Amino acid sequence: MKLSHVFRVFVVLALFVVQVVQAEQITPVQSEVAADNALLLNELISARSTSDKKNLINLIANSNFPQRAKVLSALQDGDLYYTKADEQLVYAFSHPDGYQIASVIDGEKLGVIGSRKVRKISINNELRTVLRGVLAELSLRSDDVAVRLSAAKDLIRSPSPEFLHAIERAKAVEINKKVLASLNIATAMINLNSEEQVLRLDAIESFRGTLDSDAMSILAAMQLKDSEGNYLEQDDLVRESAAAVLSEMRGEAEMYKLVENVFFGLSLGSVLLLTAVGLAITFGVMGVINMAHGEMMMLGAYTTYVIQLLMPNYIDYSIVVAIPAAFLVSGLVGIIIERGVIRHLYGRPLETLLATFGVSLILQQAVRSIFSPLNKSVSAPSWLSGSWEINGALSLTYNRLYIIIFSLVVLLMLVFLLKKTFVGLQMRAVTQNRAMANSMGIRTGWVDALTFGLGSGVAGIAGVALSQLTNVGPNLGQSYIIDSFMVVVFGGVGNLFGTFFAAMSLGVANKFLEPFAGAVLAKIFVLVFIILFIQWRPRGLFALKGRSVED
Amino acid sequence: MINSKIFERSAIGRLLLADKAGRYLIAALLAITVLVPLCNLLMPAGSFLHIPTYVVVLLGKYLCYALLALALDLVWGYCGILSLGHGAFFALGGYAMGMHLMRQIGERGVYGNAELPDFMVFLNWTELPWYWYGFDNFFFAMFMVALVPAALAFVFGWLAFRSRVTGVYLSIITQAMTYALLLAFFRNDMGFGGNNGLTDFKDILGFSLQSDVTRCVLFALSALSVAGAYVLCRAIVTSKYGRVLVAIRDAESRTRFMGYRVEHYKLFVFVVSAILAGIAGALYVPQVGIINPGEFGPINSIEIVIWVAIGGRGTLFGAVIGAVAVNYAKTYFTGAFPEVWLFMLGALFVISTLYLPKGIVGVVTQIRERRAENNATSTPEQGAKS
Repeated sequence: MKLSHVFRVFVVLALFVVQVVQAEQITPVQSEVAADNALLLNELISARSTSDKKNLINLIANSNFPQRAKVLSALQDGDLYYTKADEQLVYAFSHPDGYQIASVIDGEKLGVIGSRKVRKISINNELRTVLRGVLAELSLRSDDVAVRLSAAKDLIRSPSPEFLHAIERAKAVEINKKVLASLNIATAMINLNSEEQVLRLDAIESFRGTLDSDAMSILAAMQLKDSEGNYLEQDDLVRESAAAVLSEMRGEAEMYKLVENVFFGLSLGSVLLLTAVGLAITFGVMGVINMAHGEMMMLGAYTTYVIQLLMPNYIDYSIVVAIPAAFLVSGLVGIIIERGVIRHLYGRPLETLLATFGVSLILQQAVRSIFSPLNKSVSAPSWLSGSWEINGALSLTYNRLYIIIFSLVVLLMLVFLLKKTFVGLQMRAVTQNRAMANSMGIRTGWVDALTFGLGSGVAGIAGVALSQLTNVGPNLGQSYIIDSFMVVVFGGVGNLFGTFFAAMSLGVANKFLEPFAGAVLAKIFVLVFIILFIQWRPRGLFALKGRSVED
Repeated sequence: MINSKIFERSAIGRLLLADKAGRYLIAALLAITVLVPLCNLLMPAGSFLHIPTYVVVLLGKYLCYALLALALDLVWGYCGILSLGHGAFFALGGYAMGMHLMRQIGERGVYGNAELPDFMVFLNWTELPWYWYGFDNFFFAMFMVALVPAALAFVFGWLAFRSRVTGVYLSIITQAMTYALLLAFFRNDMGFGGNNGLTDFKDILGFSLQSDVTRCVLFALSALSVAGAYVLCRAIVTSKYGRVLVAIRDAESRTRFMGYRVEHYKLFVFVVSAILAGIAGALYVPQVGIINPGEFGPINSIEIVIWVAIGGRGTLFGAVIGAVAVNYAKTYFTGAFPEVWLFMLGALFVISTLYLPKGIVGVVTQIRERRAENNATSTPEQGAKS
């Protein structure tokens, strides 16, 4: 018994030496390796002393067993057991009838076993420390960048000197810049706790320009005083250097916060722009107050929902299909409304307002009757989720980024359509002087219908975007209609550039007011501002000049 | 006969002599003021003539709406100001009344706090906000019912009319105004009960709000207020001042060039209208028993416009008829066919603007004129006599 034990330790040590030598590049024959791995793992069952286990853990970590990280983390979590009957190493998870076990070698489920038939591989605190280091190093060597990054982040959060070598080794081979930066911060975090002043000063210097929030909080903690008024950090030089770096980091973070706020504001402005640009055409160009504009957006959002129902396996592409579909659906409904109702009411803006409000009620109730009054969930395509992390303080989410781009594309296409195409020329001619346009041979009725259809269709496109941002329900349009009117009136009726400018400035203003006033109060402020602004410039920021201004 | 002479000489009498429909309306209002409470209180419960209390409350509600519609018709029908924010004045009047009723609850609230309304205790407030002071006094509260909407209308109108914001722009910013108030009153920090609003009222001037007698008195007050407001509005629109209002409605620039200070005329009528709307709200709240920020909703304000449009814009009594008719239809359809109501309301908007530009009143006069024409052509002698 005793002898075999000694022998086993010998074997293990010998193996260890070989493994360490070959650690960098092991290329043995596959089948033998698998058998070796199984043997190696089973050593865990019989290893008793802490030093044996420690050696084994290192061996397993340096082996090429594919599941090594899983085995070791199971060992750390206390989920690694062996069966008493055939001394097989298993994962075990508690179960009403004992344990649910699975093979360590191939992950095969071995069913449920009584709690007395297995025994846990016990570890102590020393081994836990070893395991933590080994696991950290394993994940630092992972092929997956995300795993490496999160391992590096973990190291930043719990810096302890024993990882220093692992980090240095990882740094030598790391090629990803982000991971490398995180590893540098982790090193600095560890060095910060060292005894040597030079190391600590270097560590503080290396935080400069990183914007890491953990680093900032640790630097801030150095500036604190205890209850007797003494600094917690006794080394003055270190503390002052920390203060200098901290203020620089804070300044930089502040700037990025500003950039982020502007970005949020612009994305909110883009939503406003999308919702208002259709109205800028129906209201601004045609002079029709379309209270059903919000419902056109709602129809666009429901079109997105229906398209997703029709192609459940291609969610990622459904949005691309939904954009033209929503344009067509809302545009057609718009043309029907124009031919059916609005045509009879030109020149009577207040009546138009009431009639289109009636249409909006009918559309809402129609949707409620067809789709139920409950909100529908529209799933976002995968390429819209996630964010673009520029640095520790600034990350731009893709959906906001895309909506900015999308709204600009829509705006530019509209400007192009109105200014550079023949249809756009006709539209402008009819709005400027209907009688003259008519006598020049333009079919004004047809152009009216088309213009209104265009405005409604653009509202439908806005609906597609909104379906990604809010709940799709019968009341979707109502929550945006007042905002869109505000944007158009603020920007100046009949002016797409004014609409763009108004939407963006209102969006940014809203986002900058929010931290001081809260979201609701910010909105109230913006509304009051617009009410007051209209008193000052009753025709908006960029009022049209010339004859068409006259009522 | 002496009575009729006095009637002819009094100002109101002269007004109504020239206004046949108005005479009918006033007579009808006075009749229900007496008859409805009588039928509710004196007739036994099983009797054919008995009017159940819930009907009295419902009718009272319609009358409040009628008063609100009158207020809107005064500005829209006679001055061309399409306000999409009249619901705000109504709700502010209602909140002023609600605050008084809230203070009257006293120690009978859930938390038994004599000073603070329940919702403030719930929010851990320790003292009454300054703007709640004085509302325990009935007359102060009634003063506020008129003053708060009037002040808002004055400031808003002064700014808007002075800078010549007209037509659609005015409509849109009135809508923005009521929307901003909606958002504001939804906030708990405002001290108006947040989205629950003010409710659980107990009594008014010591009379329980649950008792039939109080309800009947409130109903009678509502009917008399509508009658009074009608006379007031009629007096305004038939006066020389009213002529200028109509001139502003039809040709604002021309009126201005003739030397009238258009903005002063508009401002006055806007403030009067806001006060009437506030009174309507104050009568509405004790009858319905609740006021919440939903009353500020832009949709509510647009609905008022449709009552007036359907009844007949610019006739005053048309507004009353429209408010009662549309709300009766609403009560009926939301009960019987809830799905259909919004379709109905929407269709009413479209049809009334497309085919009934003068509303129900317009249709009636059209029919009467046509009949008179037919009579005139068929029997010219008779027509000449009548």
